[in-house]
Amino acid sequence: MTPYVFLAPALVIMVIALLYPLAYMVYGSFRDWNPSQTIGETEFNGLGNYIALWNDPNFHESLVVTLKFALSVVTLEMFIGVGLALLLDRSLRGMSVLRTLFILPMMIAPVVVGLIWRYMYHPSIGIFNQTLEWLGLGSVDWLGQHALMSVIIADIWQWTPFIFILSLAALQSLPRSALEAARIDGASGWQQIIYIKIPLMMPVLIVTCLLRLIDAFKVLEVILVMTEGGPGLSTEILALRISRTATEFRELGVAASMSNYLLMLVLILTIIMLAYSKFQEMHAARLRLATKEES
Amino acid sequence: MSGGGYQDKRQHPAFYALLTVLIFMSVGPIALMLVNSFKFDVDIISGTSGLLFLPTIQNYETALCDILPYELDHLDYCALKFGGAFINSLIIALISTLLTLIIGCLAAYALVRFRFMGRDTVSGTTLMVRMVPPAVLLVPVFGLWNNEFCIDKTTWLGELIRDIFGGRGDVCLAGTHSGIIIIYIAMNLPFVIWILQSFIVQVPRQLEEAAHMDGAGSFQVFFKIVLPLIKPGLAAAAIFTFRIAWNEYLLASALSDRDTKTVPILIVNNMSEFNIEWGTIMATGMLLAIPPIIFTLFASRQIITGMTAGAVKG
Repeated sequence: MTPYVFLAPALVIMVIALLYPLAYMVYGSFRDWNPSQTIGETEFNGLGNYIALWNDPNFHESLVVTLKFALSVVTLEMFIGVGLALLLDRSLRGMSVLRTLFILPMMIAPVVVGLIWRYMYHPSIGIFNQTLEWLGLGSVDWLGQHALMSVIIADIWQWTPFIFILSLAALQSLPRSALEAARIDGASGWQQIIYIKIPLMMPVLIVTCLLRLIDAFKVLEVILVMTEGGPGLSTEILALRISRTATEFRELGVAASMSNYLLMLVLILTIIMLAYSKFQEMHAARLRLATKEES
Repeated sequence: MSGGGYQDKRQHPAFYALLTVLIFMSVGPIALMLVNSFKFDVDIISGTSGLLFLPTIQNYETALCDILPYELDHLDYCALKFGGAFINSLIIALISTLLTLIIGCLAAYALVRFRFMGRDTVSGTTLMVRMVPPAVLLVPVFGLWNNEFCIDKTTWLGELIRDIFGGRGDVCLAGTHSGIIIIYIAMNLPFVIWILQSFIVQVPRQLEEAAHMDGAGSFQVFFKIVLPLIKPGLAAAAIFTFRIAWNEYLLASALSDRDTKTVPILIVNNMSEFNIEWGTIMATGMLLAIPPIIFTLFASRQIITGMTAGAVKG
């Protein structure tokens, strides 16, 4: 009896505010639906919304922008974050200060992050262009011509610390014996990193990468505040397009089917990552077995 | 974290230089906003980007105009209703954090002690929920909260609410604080359960059994024995939940009406205008950023625990 009482509130909330809405979204995605109608008044139009989106060049553009954004931020952040962790995995005074201050960009509101960067990228009053001009290098049209790159840089600023902190934690929990053995065998710094540290960190790195990838598809506020998706469609990621389709174009059915596409995309990527990590695990287990049989 | 096996030899100065650069890069933009929030717009635009300026609190006064006890000379009309939005944000973030913790604690306890599901199932569910972008929830939540989750105004409860609070039409979740709070609880619950589970597992069972022997009921055991022991976990969970509820923009903007606007909505609305008042907007941004910054400075250890608990320990 008691366990059900303990669990009930959580279950009720999850069903009401998450499962039911998701089911409702799937249902709504097959309907021609505008915000003034309740869903009962809408008409069924089959796969109409999905097909319309499939043939919509703007949707394609948005999809490409989303993938470009997500893949480049995750790749760059992984390289920088893991690199810094490998470099700074030593007893330095001030390390805990760095860790504390490094979390700040993740903790403050994305809206505020967007605000700060929009100011810094400002063509005339922004700090980047002022510095460039002071150096006599001319100005860069950050949020115009190079909007996507600028948005990516802002995301790297905000989220690289996440990867840095997780990889540092992973590094510091590595078995000391393996590293000790490698050092005694005369492995150089690079060899230790490539053959010992990275492989041992792999499980954590995969999870970190997965979490970051999932979160990269959620980014919305930073871009909304910085560029509002523009200029043109150059930074209009899917999340932003969904919200515009729902509020500006007032087509809830289309927005729902777009949400569904986005959800499927994230789901597929998650499954690929998980499958890869399972495969890695099995591979590692087989290796361990093999070495045991040899000895 | 203290790195027990590390030699305490002196490191190359280059590492300290790198450390300094990294700290400067991560804090610099925030410090820039702080400095600018004390400048007049003229000073911001003229681009004398040094520290040589006459500091002013006028931006903060403009932002807080609706709750300041005195009249402002530089302002004819208080356009930015920051005070009201701040109170809304506070209500929503605090209540949703509190409820998430209570509900999450109970659920985590049940999952661990009564062996419902393995840790794998829970972390799988957490990952699945974490996967759902808030934008995906926008359409269904907007539709449901406006049209389905309503009390008909002709029923006695609906009539009662309309009599007390005024307004027309059916009584719906949209536009109320509770409407936003519910969705935040749902968004944060899986993560909170996940984190708390890893702390509850470590509470020795004998302790609870001893309490049972002394005649304590299940609820008593939970509140008197288990809760005090998992305080660090609760702190981490609370900070993460508060952060999401405090910072979220998209769903709040879809669900709120004039009276339930939160601070992020205010900032976005003022950013999309053609002529941005940089000083005021940065003061507003700073006010929104202060609570998370305070948490970070005082509880960075808990935050890092919360962040690494999932990925590093599995």
